[in-house]
Amino acid sequence: MDVVVLVKRVPDTETKVRVAADGKSVDPSGVQWIMAPYDEIAVEKALQLRDAAGGGAVTVVSAGPAETSKELRTALAMGADKALLLVAPQGAGDAAATAKALADGLKGVPFDLVLCGKQATDDDDAAVGPMVAAHLGVPCVAFVTSIEVAGRTATVKREIDGEVEVLEVDLPAVLTAQKGLAEPRLPGLKGIMAAKKKPLEERPLAAAPSPTETRALSLPPGRAACVKVPATAEGARQLLKALREERGVL
Amino acid sequence: MAPFEAPDFYAIDDLLSEEERLTRDTVRSWVTDRFMPLIEEAYREGRFPRALIPEMGELGVLGGNLDYGDFPRMSSVAYGLVMQELERGDSGLRSFVSVQGALVMYPIWRYGSDEQKARWLPAMHAGKAVGCFGLTEPDHGSDPGGMETKAVRDGSGFVLNGAKMWITNGDLCDVAVVWGKLDGVVRGFLVERGTKGFSTREQKRKHSLRASVTSELVLQDVHLPASAMLPLAQGLGGPLSCLTQARYGIAWGVVGSAMAVYDEVRTYGATRVQFGKPIAGFQLYQAKLATMLTEITKAQLMNLRLGRLKDAGKMTPQQVSMAKRNACHWALEIARIGRDMLGANGITDEYQTMRHMCNLESVKTYEGTHDIHTLILGHAITGLDAFR
Repeated sequence: MDVVVLVKRVPDTETKVRVAADGKSVDPSGVQWIMAPYDEIAVEKALQLRDAAGGGAVTVVSAGPAETSKELRTALAMGADKALLLVAPQGAGDAAATAKALADGLKGVPFDLVLCGKQATDDDDAAVGPMVAAHLGVPCVAFVTSIEVAGRTATVKREIDGEVEVLEVDLPAVLTAQKGLAEPRLPGLKGIMAAKKKPLEERPLAAAPSPTETRALSLPPGRAACVKVPATAEGARQLLKALREERGVL
Repeated sequence: MAPFEAPDFYAIDDLLSEEERLTRDTVRSWVTDRFMPLIEEAYREGRFPRALIPEMGELGVLGGNLDYGDFPRMSSVAYGLVMQELERGDSGLRSFVSVQGALVMYPIWRYGSDEQKARWLPAMHAGKAVGCFGLTEPDHGSDPGGMETKAVRDGSGFVLNGAKMWITNGDLCDVAVVWGKLDGVVRGFLVERGTKGFSTREQKRKHSLRASVTSELVLQDVHLPASAMLPLAQGLGGPLSCLTQARYGIAWGVVGSAMAVYDEVRTYGATRVQFGKPIAGFQLYQAKLATMLTEITKAQLMNLRLGRLKDAGKMTPQQVSMAKRNACHWALEIARIGRDMLGANGITDEYQTMRHMCNLESVKTYEGTHDIHTLILGHAITGLDAFR
């Protein structure tokens, strides 16, 4: 079974993000970069599906700066078979442009299934997976927590408000990974050394137009000073007044 | 606990290969996720978290630098980074891996027969067998050449008698590499657990390396077949070559301890408020941080250069002595200074600095004390041997 996994290089979720001088991008200095955690889950699931099928290849594909080779190498170390990097400057292109570029990049790459994280942890768009499916003209199920493949059909589950929805989808398809789909493995040292010899192809990304533009980026405001009221009936009245009139929450 | 942020003031990262960085990051994640939640309790209770041994086997860190079978064959720098990351967790963890890889698998790999290699190396690499290294004796520490453990010929095999002390992994071991004299020449023997006359006894009541097993080995009329001897090791050079490997790992490892301490006190100073401002804003606090970061950076650079020399086949034991001596000295100093900086809070095991400090007393002492390495360097500089 051939599986393509789309991955994105994002700042480590523990990184303290700073806005760059241009006011609309993230300052890359001091940022630790990682594979987006949901994409990592997708890689793990792809490896499991390939191994369960007893054959096929897992190809990891990313659009991003040249340094993304590190994240792709991580996926190869986990056990993916080959990698394709569509090289573009950091932050170039919005979700629509990225989806178009990825779909174009997949031309000639055989696949039964395309997996990716449900969303990247930087912009949280949750849009690239479904858009890639649209460009490829294949069905898409987002936020899946289980995948079972039988022949040319996949049975997938997703959780909705405490219920589990079970869907059948024809392959090829795009599925986006929700937490719980798989527990990503750590790449062992053997995998890391083997990854060195696996093919990692780099191609310049064929830019597509971005219908959206980032105008400004700002950090959320710091927490306002705490207002204290005495624990008396009068205090309770003050609190009620503040909640009603100043904050408008009641 | 705040996430670990490793100091890299001189952007040494740029000098590492992609697989070296990946190796380091993998082990760092493993230590954070799997080891850190266990260490304080294990340390308090004085036990090694042995449940993690198979996981380390799966990671491939056990003897993973050796050129054997399908081992990962990582570079010496990658191996050093593994040691650094393990000791960022605890010196006991790194000690386990050092002994397994550098002191047991290495001599079997370098001096053993094909049968010995096939029997032990894959199992030890997978974490399915544990080894220990018996060189030090109760009366022979810095002077291993004076060892009293003795082998005599007995038919086609040998009879071994003696006692070893301060043996890391002793009570955990499936096999011990025991060094003893046969006809006055130091030879290595593989003594398996269960061999009649071979016993181990754990040395308890330690103030240091509490999450590591330290034992005495007793060998009383231990009958061994001829196949138990390492055929290619003759003389003290055999065990000393193992020590060079292990000391190399220690030089890297203790920098991990120092990095853990530095990261902890840096974070602490930024949030601990006294006299109306974070204590990191005071000059005396800053001076300590500046010294720590400088010494960490120097040791990181020394280690990297040493690793590149090792991969090029140019590293000398004297260079290893310098790195081990300097790194251990500064790691312990940094831990002592760090403990001061944490004030009363640093006494409890909510903070790891004091644990590292206590561990580093052992690490500075074992595998050649600070003073012995000083004399090795003195010999290298002057050509005059101070201990003979």
